[in-house]
Amino acid sequence: MNTWVQGLDNPLSARLRDPATSGYAGVLLGIFAAFLAIPPIEARTYTWPIVVGVVAVVLGIWTVTRGRLRLGYGAIAAGLLGIGLGMLATRSGTGNLQAVFNAALIAQTFAFSTPLVFGAIAGMFSERSGVVNIGLEGMMLMGAFWGVYGADIGGTWVVGLVVGMAAGGLLALIYGFFAIHLRADQIVGGTAVNFLALGITGYFFFQIYNGNYVPQGVSTIPSVHIPGIASTGFLGPAIGNLNLMVWVSFALVIVSYVVVFKTPIGLRIRACGEHPRAADTVGINVYAVRYGCVALSGLLAAAGGVYLSDGFGGGTFTDNMTEGRGFIALAAMIFGNWRPFGAFGAAVLFGFSSAVALRLQVYSASASTLFNVLPYVLTLIAVAGVIGRTVPPAADGKPYRKQ
Amino acid sequence: MSEIDPHGSKPQSPEEAASSGTLVASIALKQRAGGIVVPVLTAVIAFLLGGFVVLATGHNPLLAYRDIFNGAGLNWIFHPTTDVANTSAYNLTQTLLQTTTLILTGLAVAFAFRCGMFNIGGQGQYFVGLYVANWLGYDFQGMAALPHILIAVGGATLAGALWAGIAGFLKATVGAHEVISTIMLNWIAIWMGEWLFGDGGPLQNAANKTVPISNDVATSAQLPVFWGEQQLQGLHVGFFVALAALVVFWLVLNRTTLGYEVRAVGFNPEAAAYGGINVKKNLVRAMAISGAFAGLAGALDMTGYLYHFGVSDIPANSVGFLGIAVALLGRNTAVGTGLGALLFGALLFGTTHGLSSNVIQPELAGNLTYMIQGLIVLFVGADVLILYVWNTRKKLRPRPAKAAA
Repeated sequence: MNTWVQGLDNPLSARLRDPATSGYAGVLLGIFAAFLAIPPIEARTYTWPIVVGVVAVVLGIWTVTRGRLRLGYGAIAAGLLGIGLGMLATRSGTGNLQAVFNAALIAQTFAFSTPLVFGAIAGMFSERSGVVNIGLEGMMLMGAFWGVYGADIGGTWVVGLVVGMAAGGLLALIYGFFAIHLRADQIVGGTAVNFLALGITGYFFFQIYNGNYVPQGVSTIPSVHIPGIASTGFLGPAIGNLNLMVWVSFALVIVSYVVVFKTPIGLRIRACGEHPRAADTVGINVYAVRYGCVALSGLLAAAGGVYLSDGFGGGTFTDNMTEGRGFIALAAMIFGNWRPFGAFGAAVLFGFSSAVALRLQVYSASASTLFNVLPYVLTLIAVAGVIGRTVPPAADGKPYRKQ
Repeated sequence: MSEIDPHGSKPQSPEEAASSGTLVASIALKQRAGGIVVPVLTAVIAFLLGGFVVLATGHNPLLAYRDIFNGAGLNWIFHPTTDVANTSAYNLTQTLLQTTTLILTGLAVAFAFRCGMFNIGGQGQYFVGLYVANWLGYDFQGMAALPHILIAVGGATLAGALWAGIAGFLKATVGAHEVISTIMLNWIAIWMGEWLFGDGGPLQNAANKTVPISNDVATSAQLPVFWGEQQLQGLHVGFFVALAALVVFWLVLNRTTLGYEVRAVGFNPEAAAYGGINVKKNLVRAMAISGAFAGLAGALDMTGYLYHFGVSDIPANSVGFLGIAVALLGRNTAVGTGLGALLFGALLFGTTHGLSSNVIQPELAGNLTYMIQGLIVLFVGADVLILYVWNTRKKLRPRPAKAAA
C-alpha cells in the first residue's frame, strides 16, 4: 500500500486511476445507495438507489479487472446490498421510516456502540501484546455487576466505576497468571473466564439482592448536556445529551491510537505481540508488558460493563446482562483489524445495526433479527477474507517461555 | 479406571510432538504424565473453591453439596429402584437425560480437539440440530415412526455437520481461525432461532401465533421412553445412542485410517502433510464430524423429551458450552468424556430443578455450577500447575524410604 508521502509524488490523475481509489469509492457509494431511501434524504422511487448502486457495482468490476480482487468484490457486494436495502426502504411507509431513522438514532447508535468500543479497545491492547482475550465477555459482565453494586453501596457512580473496573481487572489478572506464567492455552483460559464471571455475578447478584432487582435510585453515570447544541433541531437529539462514557469512549479511541502507534510504550507492546523473543533480546520485559496489557484489557472491558449497567441500563443488573456484547466487541476488534480507529468504526457500525434492530422490532421481527445478526455475519465474512484480509499480530495467542 | 489409556493414541511419541508446540501435543504429554489423577484433582480443587464461596456467603458447603448430590438423584445407588415415583429414581433419570446431551456435545469438542482444533461452536451446532429436528419432526405428519425418527435425527445430524463444516472449510481454505468463526456461527445460530420461532417465524406454532414457541414434533417422531413416563420427561432411548457414540468415537479415532489421519494432523500438521496426509481435507472432515455429534445432541433432545422449543429457551440453554468443560475434563477421550458428562449432567440437574433444600437456593446452586465449570476449565487449561504439585509430591515421597535403607 502506498504511503501518503509517496502519494504526493504521484499526480492526482494517477491516484484517481489507482484501483484502490475506485474500489473504496464503490464501497462508499454502495452504502450511500442504501441511505438514499431513508431520512433525511428519503428518495421515494426505486431509481436513485438503483442508479447509485449500479455505479458502485461498475466501479467494483473496474477494480476487479485491475487486480484488486477483494476490494472489487467488496464494492460489488456493497452496491448490490445498497440496491436491495434501498428498494426495501422505499417500499415501507414514510411515517415508519421517520420513526426508525431520525436524529435520536444517532444517539442510540452511540449508546449501543460504547460498550463495544470499550471492549474492542480492551481486546486490542491484550492481543497487541500477544495474549488472545476471548474472556472479554466475562470481564465486561464483572464490570456490569460490581459496578452497579459499587454505585449502590458507595452512594455515587464514581465508586461504582472504580469497583467495577477493579473487579474486571482482578479477573483479568487471574487470567493473565494462567495465560502468561502458566502458559495455559489462551482460548481455554478465556472460555473459563467467561463461565467464571457468569457464575460469580449470578451467584452474588442473587446472594446480595435476594433475586430481586437492584433497588431504584442507584447513582448512575450522568449524561453530558451541551447547552448550545442540546436545543438545536437535529444535533440536539443526536449528540446534545450523550452519556459521559460515550464521550470517554471517543477519547479512549484517540488516546489508544496515540499510545499504540506513536509512543515507545506502544512500540514495546506491539513488539511483544509480533516477536516476543526479539523484544526480550533488546531488554523488554515481555511478561511485564503482557501482564500490563491484560490488566488494562480487564479494566477497559469492565468500564464498558459499568456503562452497560449503570449508564445505559440506568442502574440495573440482570443475569448475563452483557448478552454476547463481549463477543461483538471481539468481532469489532477483528473487523477493525486490531487497530483503534478500525475497531471504533466497526463498533459504531455494529452499534448502529443493534439500534436499528431495536427500532424495527415494532414493525417487523424478522427485519429486526436481520440487523441483530449482521455483526456476526460481517465478521465471518471478514475473517473469511472476502473483503480485505484481517491479520492478527504474529505472536497472538502464543505463550512465551523465557530463556 | 484403566480405560483411559494414554498410550493408545499416539502416532509419534508425545514428548517429540510436544516440541512442535501444538496444543494437542502438549495435552497428550500431560495426559501421559498425569493419567486420571490430574482431572480428578482438577475437579476436587474446583469443588473446594466453589465450597469456599458457599461458605463465605454463609451457607454450609458440605450440606449444600450433599443436597446437590441428592438433587441429582445420585443417592439412588444406595437404594436402587426403577419406580420413578421415587424421587431419587426420578432425579436420576433427569440427570441421565442431561448426561445424554452432554456426552454428545462433549464429543463434539473432543473430536475437533484431537485434530488440533478448538470447536467453541458446539452450542450453535446443537441449536441447528434442534431446529432441523423440530422442522422435520413436525413437517412429516402421519409417517411411520421408525422412518420419521430416522429422517428427523439424520437430518439434524447432517445440519450440525454442515454448520461446523463451514468453520472447517474456512480454516482449510483461507486459514480463518476456527475459534473466531465458530463463535460467530454460534451467534448466527442463536439469532436464527429467534427468527424461526419468533412472531411470524417459519417454525412458530401454527395453532397459536401469539407466543414465540415452535410446534410440537409429531408423536411418530418422538423417541421411545424406556425409564419413566413420557409425559414426565422420562429417559429416552437416545441415552443408548449417546453411549454408542462414545464407542464409535473411540473406534473411529483409534481403529480407522480416518482417525489416524485426524490424530496425526492434530499432533503436527506439518509432519502429517510430509507423511502424505491431506491436512485440509482432514480439517474439514474433523470439524464436520464434530458438528455431527453436536447436531445429534440437538436431535435427540428435540425428539427425546423437549418436543418443542421457544425463543425464551434459547439464552437459558448452555449445553453446548458445557461440552467444552466435559471434553477438557475428560481429556478428550471417550471414557473421560462419558464420566465428565455424568458429572456435569448431575451438576446441571442437581443444582437447579432437582434441588429441594433450604441450605442453598437453586438460583445460587445453579450459578455455583457455572463457577465450578469455569474453575475446571481454567485449571484443565493450565494443568502445568497441578502436574507440578503432583510431581513434587512424588519426588518428596521416596526420601524417607531412602533414609530407611
